[in-house]
Amino acid sequence: MKYYLMVLCCCVFSWSQSQDCNGTFSGEVHDFHDGTPIINATIFIESLNKYTTTDINGRFSIDNLCNALISVEVSHLACETKTIDVNIVNDTFIEINLEHHIEELNEVKVTGASGIKLTKTAQETHLKSEVIDRFSSLNLGDALKQISGVSSINTGNSIVKPVINGLHSSRIIVMTNGVRLQDQEWGIEHAPNIDLNTAGSINVIKGANALAYGGDAIGGVIVLKPSNITLKDSLYGKTIVSGNTNGRGYNLNTSLTKTYKKGWYLGAQASLKRLGDMEAPDYSLTNTGLNTKGFSINGGFKTFQKGFNVYYSYLDNEIAILRAAHIGNIEDLVNAINNPQPLVIDDFSYDINAPKQDVTHQVFKTEFYKRFKKFGRVDIQYDYQNNHRFEYDIRVGDDRDKPAIDLTLKTHTLKTSVTLDSKNNISYNFGVNAGYQNNFAANTGVRRLIPDYDKYDLGAFIVSELKLNNDLSLDFGLRYDFNQIDAKKYYLTSRWNERNYESDFGNIVIDDLGTQLLTNPVFNYHNVSASTGIAYQLNEYNSFIFNYGLSNRAPNPSELFSDGLHHSAARIELGDLRLKQETSNRISGSYNFQKNNLSLNIEAFYNYIKDYIFIEPTGTEQTIRGAFPVWSYNQTNAALYGLDLTANYSFNDHLFLNNKSSITKGKDVSQDQALIDMPSFKTVNIIGYSNPKWLDLKSELQSEWVFRQNDYPNNNFEVFIPTTGQMELVDVSTTPPAYHLLHLQSNISLDISEKTDLNIGLNITNIFNTNYRENLNRLRYFADDVGRNIMLQLKLNY
Amino acid sequence: MKTLTLKTIKQVSLLFLISIAFTACSSDDDNTNNPEPVNEEEVITTLTATLIPVGGGTTVTMQTRDLDGDGPNAPVVTVSSDLVANTVYNGSLVLLNETESPAGEINEEIVEESNDHQFFYNVTNSIATFTYEDFDDNGNPLGLEFTLTTAATAMTGNLTITLRHEPSKSAVGVSDGDITNAGGETDVQAVFPVVIQ
Repeated sequence: MKYYLMVLCCCVFSWSQSQDCNGTFSGEVHDFHDGTPIINATIFIESLNKYTTTDINGRFSIDNLCNALISVEVSHLACETKTIDVNIVNDTFIEINLEHHIEELNEVKVTGASGIKLTKTAQETHLKSEVIDRFSSLNLGDALKQISGVSSINTGNSIVKPVINGLHSSRIIVMTNGVRLQDQEWGIEHAPNIDLNTAGSINVIKGANALAYGGDAIGGVIVLKPSNITLKDSLYGKTIVSGNTNGRGYNLNTSLTKTYKKGWYLGAQASLKRLGDMEAPDYSLTNTGLNTKGFSINGGFKTFQKGFNVYYSYLDNEIAILRAAHIGNIEDLVNAINNPQPLVIDDFSYDINAPKQDVTHQVFKTEFYKRFKKFGRVDIQYDYQNNHRFEYDIRVGDDRDKPAIDLTLKTHTLKTSVTLDSKNNISYNFGVNAGYQNNFAANTGVRRLIPDYDKYDLGAFIVSELKLNNDLSLDFGLRYDFNQIDAKKYYLTSRWNERNYESDFGNIVIDDLGTQLLTNPVFNYHNVSASTGIAYQLNEYNSFIFNYGLSNRAPNPSELFSDGLHHSAARIELGDLRLKQETSNRISGSYNFQKNNLSLNIEAFYNYIKDYIFIEPTGTEQTIRGAFPVWSYNQTNAALYGLDLTANYSFNDHLFLNNKSSITKGKDVSQDQALIDMPSFKTVNIIGYSNPKWLDLKSELQSEWVFRQNDYPNNNFEVFIPTTGQMELVDVSTTPPAYHLLHLQSNISLDISEKTDLNIGLNITNIFNTNYRENLNRLRYFADDVGRNIMLQLKLNY
Repeated sequence: MKTLTLKTIKQVSLLFLISIAFTACSSDDDNTNNPEPVNEEEVITTLTATLIPVGGGTTVTMQTRDLDGDGPNAPVVTVSSDLVANTVYNGSLVLLNETESPAGEINEEIVEESNDHQFFYNVTNSIATFTYEDFDDNGNPLGLEFTLTTAATAMTGNLTITLRHEPSKSAVGVSDGDITNAGGETDVQAVFPVVIQ
């Protein structure tokens, strides 16, 4: 799509005393990569209104020129036109190298879906900035749900984690401006610390086929990139202001970018978001507000040949968690489940009280690249991330305002990669990365959920893309990762004995405090990943892709070390030091059809995960607070499979129909039962109308139909309720009923001046204020999901 | 030219060595830098109810004690002796955090935040009735002090003492000691087997 063009001149002068106007300006236009001639490039001398095109050898010549400094415009089909200055002295010869780069072009229609792809043979979807802007006041997870096969697992309405084909958290890699996000992503209540407004485009790659990003993305990779910088002298910006009725909040985002023709650029972006208590159709969801502040600075130098980028981003999210979801023991959970309404309902407020999270995430990145003629590109990047997470529980006495969790996660990553793309039909990309991560858990007077640890990562990969002919591409990838985790963890002596760790791990105890043991577990993991795929364009209308991915994921700190009471779930969660890495074998195939008004994309996958790590109930423990179910991390063999469909039919230039449907099944093969937390079958139907004549009106009515999840493991159990003196069933498994929501999205654009336009958007979600609960919302036991929201959004592009 | 290259190599290797030395030093530091142990501050390990019969007799203590907090060991529940039928007992509670040394008393914190706390006394088989003897700033019951009147005949049953944090004290029945509409979250819940004779 975005061809950008860099002209490099090595002028050869032939010096002469003559001053008349019969000089010849000639030259050759070459491809920068492989030196092959470029045919049919246009050479235009504006001041003289003379032009010519290059011949089959890339040569051109213009006669009868006077000796003078002239400005020459060189262009080629679908390339951005660039201008060079040439001093004509009699007969002047010039060699021009045009960039004709596959990586930047990415126009190969693999699945036929529109947009720029990062991979050739993976199931990939691209979200444009226009779509991202619509979700400016929401979360990354909300925006990604526009993609068939992507759902979310929520804790309330503000903590939204993307789920790709049924997998989430540590099984998904999130890349932001080339940096792999390290933000304690293992926890289900840990939403990605990303301000959606920093992204100019988002690509979602299903499965672990994009090995350059990492080998453990069993679920997939989400790649956010800042808006593309164009090489021209320009100053542009965008401001989005929106107001929401539900939560009575606002969102403000503004960005400004200055670019120079020579390649320098500098951009800054800032956003503010404030929400009060949200409302379900029948009641206020007390303590569900949000306060977000973020900014980012992006600057550097960019030409086709070389460049660098320095990036810094800061994001602070303060998120209130539904008050009624904080419970003391299993009896409270039973009461909450049996009560149709949350047990705490107060009047609307902007206050953010405990339970709440306050997470600050900072990213610093610097990157340098250089391209060598007839060779390829070398990249080197260093990034540093600092994630500081506070979680506030409801505490008493002097500790009332003290966080229960205070974790600082610092990550340094150094990586370098080489892209060899000088040959037209084959390219290689290989690289290495090294990472160091340190987690520090401050003493908060509550036992540490995640211990202090140091983590070391070393990885190397090679990916090759092979284009056999215009219709057939292949790719292969191989990656090796080494992870070491070196932790210092205190175990309650009683827990250590109950887990029977002494026999296997007795040697890691470094201090015995009587009731507690300090241990120093050091675990090494070697992971090998591989990927291969094929993309085949059968004819003008039909294309296919198939791919296979092997990936390994080491257990994360929460799976290894969790040990304690989890308040919002009223359960004791236990990690396991004995966990091994899990291995995924995923095959997938896509079919794409595109003809006239109809486009169709079907993606199917089968993912067999050996030693899949999951959490399941394993008993009950008594504490002074009462009884708690114990959930332990365990391993099993799992199979996930599903089908994602996207179809679009245009009746005419104005009216279209769109369907996105997705079904995912998860099976615990070893225990022959359903896997927990699988997304339900969902089908979204959209009828859209657009008319450029009516202020560029774009309008969509969206019907979202989510079926009941009928496949779930039965984790219900009975517990003795002392206050009633009876055994009672704790129904944590039964899934909520199906629901149907209707949404409207509409916007118009007004030209305010030559360079400024105003886009006014009206979004209504849950038009009929329908009561519903979503299976993958962890707060579904406590309250209904949010009701109708009317959002007015003004977007100013200047 | 050659010397320049050699010089560059020297400089680079020097930098490399320095950086290795730095990393080595810092990891040495880490080994001696163990995290401090966390002694949970507001955990309640022990609840003791002392029942003194009005007009003399044997004092009865009931205790639940869970020294490993949320750990796997179950609380140890003890009842010192049987209760006498048709007797009024003056009751009081002591709550301790015995993970600290000396043990921390939690009563103070509960009294300070009496508006946000309430104890509930539930029995099976109607073995006893209860009245609150202490109240919060708003005049609602707290329950660290109470009187217990045993049933007139010999029988057995369970006494459940529950401490709720942030209950809705104004909800129906709550000020009379009915936990049904109390809401809030449970901080302590102890079940004592009781014999009335």
